[in-house]
Amino acid sequence: MKILVPVKRVIDYNVKVRVKADQTGVELANVKMAMNPFDEIAVEQALRIKEAGGADEVIAVSIGPSQNQETIRTALAMGADRGIHIEAQHDIEPLAVAKLLRAVVDNENPGLVLLGKQAIDDDCNQTGQMLSALLGWAQGTFASALDIAGDVAKVTREVDGGLEHIEVKMPAIVTVDLRLNEPRYASLPNIMKAKKKPLDSLTVDALGVDITPRLTIEKVEEPASRAAGIKVADVQELVGKLKNEAKVI
Amino acid sequence: MSILILTEHDNGQLNPATLNSVTAAGEIGGDVHLLVAGDPSGAVAKQAATISGVSKILIADDAAFANGLAENIAPLITGLASSYSHLLAPATTSGKNIMPRVAALLDVMQISDIVAVLDASTFKRPIYAGNALSTVSSKESIKVITVRGTAFEAANAEGGSAAIETVSGGEDAGLSSYVKSELSSSERPELTSASIVVSGGRGMQDGANFTMLEKVADKLGAAVGASRAAVDAGFVPNDYQVGQTGKVVAPDLYIAVGISGAIQHLAGMKDSKVIVAINKDEEAPIFQVADYGLVADLFDAVPKLEQELG
Repeated sequence: MKILVPVKRVIDYNVKVRVKADQTGVELANVKMAMNPFDEIAVEQALRIKEAGGADEVIAVSIGPSQNQETIRTALAMGADRGIHIEAQHDIEPLAVAKLLRAVVDNENPGLVLLGKQAIDDDCNQTGQMLSALLGWAQGTFASALDIAGDVAKVTREVDGGLEHIEVKMPAIVTVDLRLNEPRYASLPNIMKAKKKPLDSLTVDALGVDITPRLTIEKVEEPASRAAGIKVADVQELVGKLKNEAKVI
Repeated sequence: MSILILTEHDNGQLNPATLNSVTAAGEIGGDVHLLVAGDPSGAVAKQAATISGVSKILIADDAAFANGLAENIAPLITGLASSYSHLLAPATTSGKNIMPRVAALLDVMQISDIVAVLDASTFKRPIYAGNALSTVSSKESIKVITVRGTAFEAANAEGGSAAIETVSGGEDAGLSSYVKSELSSSERPELTSASIVVSGGRGMQDGANFTMLEKVADKLGAAVGASRAAVDAGFVPNDYQVGQTGKVVAPDLYIAVGISGAIQHLAGMKDSKVIVAINKDEEAPIFQVADYGLVADLFDAVPKLEQELG
């Protein structure tokens, strides 16, 4: 079985993002970029399945400008076998991403697509579910445990009330949540090795997908900031303030 | 224009998150209908019918809808979609699971997690863990939207008298099956709708120490939450998590105990009316958003707080 893992290049999660002065988006120039943390968890899970004998090949795919090849190399350094880069400009909407991924799935016939449940830039939480719809496959979203047994995958999902256990028919889409695993660090020898792993480039046109945006971003602005608060000396003062000043208790 | 909202429920009780989506729908304008898909759906439909501002309830009663499986519910919604300009659902784990599947089947782009309605096709939504607000407009013929509950008041659950209509459909797609749930049960209020939330972070050091927070919570009638660090460390279950990828809360009072205040956590609570931070690290970023900060050892301050609350 092949496992396909889409990986997105996003602003590193430690970076405090700044809105551009002209309100067209957030500042991306000279900002540290990294693999979407949820996608790292997806790569790790794919590698664990392969290492346990459950898969033959792990393919990392990324859509975006040429720098996305670095993100694919990161996945290869972690242990993925090969990469596919789909060259495209910035800001491709999840629906278009799902259509491009469907084209890759049609070419590669993976038995499982593992995705991060959301990207930490646009916070959309859509791509996996959309890909699943387009393929007519089952979806196991927000997975905190995954166990593949033959043609069925047992998925434990993190839901608002706690945990939910479902079974999905393979091939399937599984989107991963934070507690599925702790991704490994790539070792230096593996980073070197990754440079020699195959990385194919495809174009959006070759895949025959229309990626014209459906939504228009009218404006991106800073959220209202909170007014500075005060420090209280002790618990007594705190409770006094909450009772008499804020009047919330 | 008419708007269809996917009702969230457990086959017995309507989830109050639905009420916030009704308010968002009211701001968009037009007839507001609620879809109750479940097994059985009758009791929930009755509760839904009294919500102010709702004119019609559609009931879809089928075993295939009993457990909210997206593969079964999405085709039901797309089958009804042609009569609607907007399809809404609360941005809960259920709505987030189902609606993108609906959007892709309809070949439209979803707008996730809206926090404001500017007009029928223009909405605000947070990006980058709420560090930026994006205004997006959509020309899609059907707008598929999930609604952040804390950004809209709850509609009045009483006062309405919507007509109830049964819709046909209901087929098991045969792709997925429900096995079981492990739901946390608690006597305390539900995290996302509680008016006071007491949350603990890595500083709690141990799951057993959350008992201290629970005692404070019980004096205040509060819910208990946690940061990702506390959940990752296994102190408390995943459903306690407040943050970018957990729950978003906006209570009247949020008390953060032993939480440093990573941006991912702030994303889930910074719209709270009053924020209190108790942390021994004076430099902790949580103090930058706190109205009242107490630099203290939580193991000293929390028991005192409980005492002081009488």
